[in-house]
Amino acid sequence: MQKRRKADQIIHQIKSEDTVMVGGFGLVGAPLTLIDELTRHEVNNLTIISNNLGEAGKGLGILLQQGKIRKAIGSYFTSNREVGDAYHQGKLDIQLMPQGTMAESIRAGGAGIGGYFTKTGVGTDLGMGKEVREIGGELYQFEEALHANVALVKAAKADTLGNLVYYKTARNFNPIMATAADFVIAEVDEIVEAGQLSPEEIVTPHLFVDAVIESKLVLTKEGVVSKDAVQ
Amino acid sequence: MLSNKEIQERIAERAAAELTPHMVVNLGIGIPTLVAKYVDADSVFFHTENGLLGVKELTSEADFDPDLVNAGKLPVSEQIGAAYFHSAESFAMIRGGHVDVAILGALQVDAQGLIANWAIPGQNIMGVGGAMDLLSGAKKIIVTTNHNAKNGDPKIVESCSYPVTSIRKVDLIITELAVFRFRDDKLVLEELKPGVTLDEVKERTGASFILSDKLACKEGKE
Repeated sequence: MQKRRKADQIIHQIKSEDTVMVGGFGLVGAPLTLIDELTRHEVNNLTIISNNLGEAGKGLGILLQQGKIRKAIGSYFTSNREVGDAYHQGKLDIQLMPQGTMAESIRAGGAGIGGYFTKTGVGTDLGMGKEVREIGGELYQFEEALHANVALVKAAKADTLGNLVYYKTARNFNPIMATAADFVIAEVDEIVEAGQLSPEEIVTPHLFVDAVIESKLVLTKEGVVSKDAVQ
Repeated sequence: MLSNKEIQERIAERAAAELTPHMVVNLGIGIPTLVAKYVDADSVFFHTENGLLGVKELTSEADFDPDLVNAGKLPVSEQIGAAYFHSAESFAMIRGGHVDVAILGALQVDAQGLIANWAIPGQNIMGVGGAMDLLSGAKKIIVTTNHNAKNGDPKIVESCSYPVTSIRKVDLIITELAVFRFRDDKLVLEELKPGVTLDEVKERTGASFILSDKLACKEGKE
């Protein structure tokens, strides 16, 4: 089975109105090549689940400027002030979640769990309207799982079956997002033959991954650049 | 008169004294980040919620790696024995009670021990990050903050007017003037910085507090 695809073709898996998970903590571990393809793909009314929406005019921030995002679900949008502007102009819905709740909801979504109770958020503005239950003498609030139509994730390496390994803190949300969408596209810096990754080092087993593309844009000390320029 | 930088360094240095060897510690953004340089880097394990246990300060430009950052998105390095993990596992460490201490900044802390450190009323509330998770899960919460806001308003108040981060109470507040601890739900003044008077702390604090036995004894004699 060969999962290697071209970014400009596989991006058509994303349709208008879709919910799309996008990995990354800021630009670190973000699938930059796939996001770049998405800026050229004619879609609208997307719901994006990602920790941030990039920065103003960078990464997912470009999609926001293009008006393709209707709703953003994440934990920290402060790094892109255009998010607040779009929200106040009524162009963007925001669902702000504690980062751990967001991560756990994605994990639950990938594991077939409908929801769970957590102490995080109880009694705060982000807990308003949520079911609260006392368990073992402490208060917990109910959180629903998150699931997406498509997940765009970034890994360091894939094999041709779609097994993935990651690099340093670029791992972040990527392994859990890879479990929680109907169709998962992994962007990687290197694709190797099956058998060349040790079964012990694989973080995301191939059954979670539907397609693999090779990155063209990479994050360097100088910012985001074309990979050809680095090599 | 100390510069704000000197004030923050002083607070960070005092907070570092609360850490003991082999503790797992999560540092928030701002003053907490400064704590790292006042501890023996090999003696504690710094955890960062974006997925690393064993954060080390970056000491050489040659080690700079754009894919190795802390939760403040600043470049860092890795300690010997460091481990990487994904976001859900990282927050399982926090929410599951596996992190010994979280050192956090604050907008306000009140006389009940509640902290507000994620949102300012009337402004866009666009970020929460891991603040609520750390409050709900870390075994001990140390607040490091300037005693007063830039406009002079007390940050230690009777009751938070800003949105609270959690119903869980903090354990310790360290400012450039004093150290407060919560004991039996009471705000207790435990230490005065050298040269700082009790009257000054009372004047610049917006909450009532009691004195620790040791401090009451000392103040009584003077």
